[in-house]
Amino acid sequence: MAEERIDVKKTYKMYIGGDFPRSESGRTYKVFTSDDEFLANACQGSRKDFRDAVKIARGAFSGWSSRSAYNRGQILYRIAEMLEDRRDQFMRELGPIGFKTAEAEADINAAIDRCIYYAGWTDKYQQVFGSVNPVASSHFNFSMLEPTGVVAAFAPEKSPLLGLVSLIAPIIAGGNVCVILASEKYPLPAITFAEVLNDSDVPAGVVNILTGFREELAEHFSTHMDVNAMCYTDDLPKEMKKMIDENASLNVKRIVKRPVKDWYDEAVQSPYFVTDFQETKTTWHPVGF
Amino acid sequence: MSNTETKEAAYKPTSPNSKLDFASVWEYAPAPQDSKFAEVKEQYDLFIGGKFVKPSKGRYFKSTNPATEEVITEFAEATQKDVDKAVKAARKAFEGEWSRISAKERGKYLYRIARMLQERAREFAVLESMDGGKPIRESRDVDIPLVAAYFFYYAGWADKLEYAFPGKKPEPYGVCGQIIPWNFPLLMLAWKIAPALATGNTVVLKPAETTSLTALKFAELVKDCGLPDGVINIVTGAGQTGSEIVNHKDVDKVAFTGSTNVGKIIQKSLAGTDKKYTLELGGKGAMLIFEDAPIDQAVEGIINAIYFNQGHVCCAGSRLLVQEGVADKVIQKLKDRLETLIVGDPLDKNTDIGAINSKEQFETVNKYLELGVEEGAEVYQSKCNIPDNGYFIRPTLFTNVSQSNRVVQEEIFGPVLTVQTFRTADEGIEKANNTPYGLANGVWTDKGSKIFKVGSKMRSGVIWANTYNKFDPTSPFGGYKESGVGREGGMHGLAAYIKN
Repeated sequence: MAEERIDVKKTYKMYIGGDFPRSESGRTYKVFTSDDEFLANACQGSRKDFRDAVKIARGAFSGWSSRSAYNRGQILYRIAEMLEDRRDQFMRELGPIGFKTAEAEADINAAIDRCIYYAGWTDKYQQVFGSVNPVASSHFNFSMLEPTGVVAAFAPEKSPLLGLVSLIAPIIAGGNVCVILASEKYPLPAITFAEVLNDSDVPAGVVNILTGFREELAEHFSTHMDVNAMCYTDDLPKEMKKMIDENASLNVKRIVKRPVKDWYDEAVQSPYFVTDFQETKTTWHPVGF
Repeated sequence: MSNTETKEAAYKPTSPNSKLDFASVWEYAPAPQDSKFAEVKEQYDLFIGGKFVKPSKGRYFKSTNPATEEVITEFAEATQKDVDKAVKAARKAFEGEWSRISAKERGKYLYRIARMLQERAREFAVLESMDGGKPIRESRDVDIPLVAAYFFYYAGWADKLEYAFPGKKPEPYGVCGQIIPWNFPLLMLAWKIAPALATGNTVVLKPAETTSLTALKFAELVKDCGLPDGVINIVTGAGQTGSEIVNHKDVDKVAFTGSTNVGKIIQKSLAGTDKKYTLELGGKGAMLIFEDAPIDQAVEGIINAIYFNQGHVCCAGSRLLVQEGVADKVIQKLKDRLETLIVGDPLDKNTDIGAINSKEQFETVNKYLELGVEEGAEVYQSKCNIPDNGYFIRPTLFTNVSQSNRVVQEEIFGPVLTVQTFRTADEGIEKANNTPYGLANGVWTDKGSKIFKVGSKMRSGVIWANTYNKFDPTSPFGGYKESGVGREGGMHGLAAYIKN
């Protein structure tokens, strides 16, 4: 009788600076299927992990934001290609957490298409939302958009793949870098998505994905003085919302809250998700001989 | 002091080629702007629901002319009850007449305001200079013409909003609470009110307590324009009044221009609410002068960047970063030019630098002047005469400062420039960006490619290249980082008043 093969389980770690480290705190928490069966241990990211990630993200900002729009578009497109390639892996990831086969397929399809959607925006939003301004004096004056900088975000809790991708894509399409906290209950697709990113020419540090608890990390996300914007799309508990807003005032962080109920709805893909994380810069120069 | 003594004591330019020593050759005769025609009442009430009404507690506070320290009038202090009344009036107008008239007609009201402002421009300019201390040349040639231009520009947007927001159906928020500073009183009012009304909102605006006069004169003008009651409400008072506006439950959106400290307090007090806000806060603008810059133009630009409006400019170029090879030359030329600046009576048409806006700000700037010396800076001030009364400060340069000095890091909001040097472009950019602020920066060089490279590396909402301190209604303005959230001016300025 042939011996039954013991499969090799993956250790789910976090994604910081293009590496897959464990939490520096050494902590993990148990992740379960939708039927409450043990799935894996996920890292319980700490304040220090977050700070490390922000530091690395900041370091990646200058390079990423100065990539050409064309290049950023191609990289986003490459993410879609890699996602397509790893379909089966995501099917296996989504199944146990309650996605029926058709639902999982739809989720993956939508996530791939969303990357393509934003890949197409990288070299267009500037043309749609920038301007040449007809000032009355003898100056050439134009406004263009520039990325806000380091964005900290809570990925949607209930849409562990599509929601996550829908949030990351417009942030990085516009040249920002980000530190994202994955869905707390279902963090595994996020880490598998990190493998996709790692295979997709996305420079290290542009997207950093932590796993852990919102309750623990919300304060650190919102107080960090080198984070320029904080974003969430879920309806957070009132107290947490208030705390995040209050902490944001420490360094005038931009708070981007866009309530999204249904990530399949095409209305949630919009260039305004890109411009939410953009600053308008206006340049003047005299005109004359 | 006799005339000869003054001349002997006068500063002699050290540059052998300097031709800037005008004053020792002849004195300027006074060129006063008549101010009698501009009527100022003894007391001003609140403007709520289209009427001037007494404040509920009956309290008034005095407003002084900072150039003479004389009381010119007094303003009503709006308390919680008054603010509530104003918000109710604004709500009523928003839900009533203002939303019923078409966008086209809304625009025509704004055009009317713009034209009426042009007609009474000189009167407003005189009052602005009397109440706030700015030179008449500036209020006459910059502030008031721009005020009219902002209304004229946004008037035209009223019925074209769908072109500014592709894919969106632009809708107003409702009642906007607006709080403005004292450095450009009427201009800041225009920046706030014009886009808010063009997009169909109604407003409750609070001018700064030291400079409320032109806002109330504007209220009279609004009455003359026949604008529906309650669309514009103006309440006067200090910080407490502002906080009543910010915290009022029925205000949908808050727009604030002022210091970063107060901006943070406002952002914090709005925490946990669904109110929208835009903040236009402080700055510590840097100007990078490269060796290949046109030096004489750059020196003129620096003078305009930091001494315009007594340095009471949030985007003032208060940090000069000059490339080492030309540092001595630039500093010398700057000192020579400083000596020609006339500090004094704001209503004299020769005056370059008027009065510091208030006693409080006068003390703040003086505190920084002492602090700079304590920190080891070398201080240079022009030797010009200044009036005995009033709040005047000579234009000042601080050299021998380092990046960590408080005078380099903190917004002084006065005629005080710090001077540092740099060798490479990267060093200059790093120094320019080494601040929590990000409102405006300047770059001076003859090389086009350098302008674009440096301009793209400097983290600020405005880049002035080979120029500084230019404003236009079509041009968006606002900060990165701790200099604020959102833009005012231009098409982008409309977004501050549209639901997202």
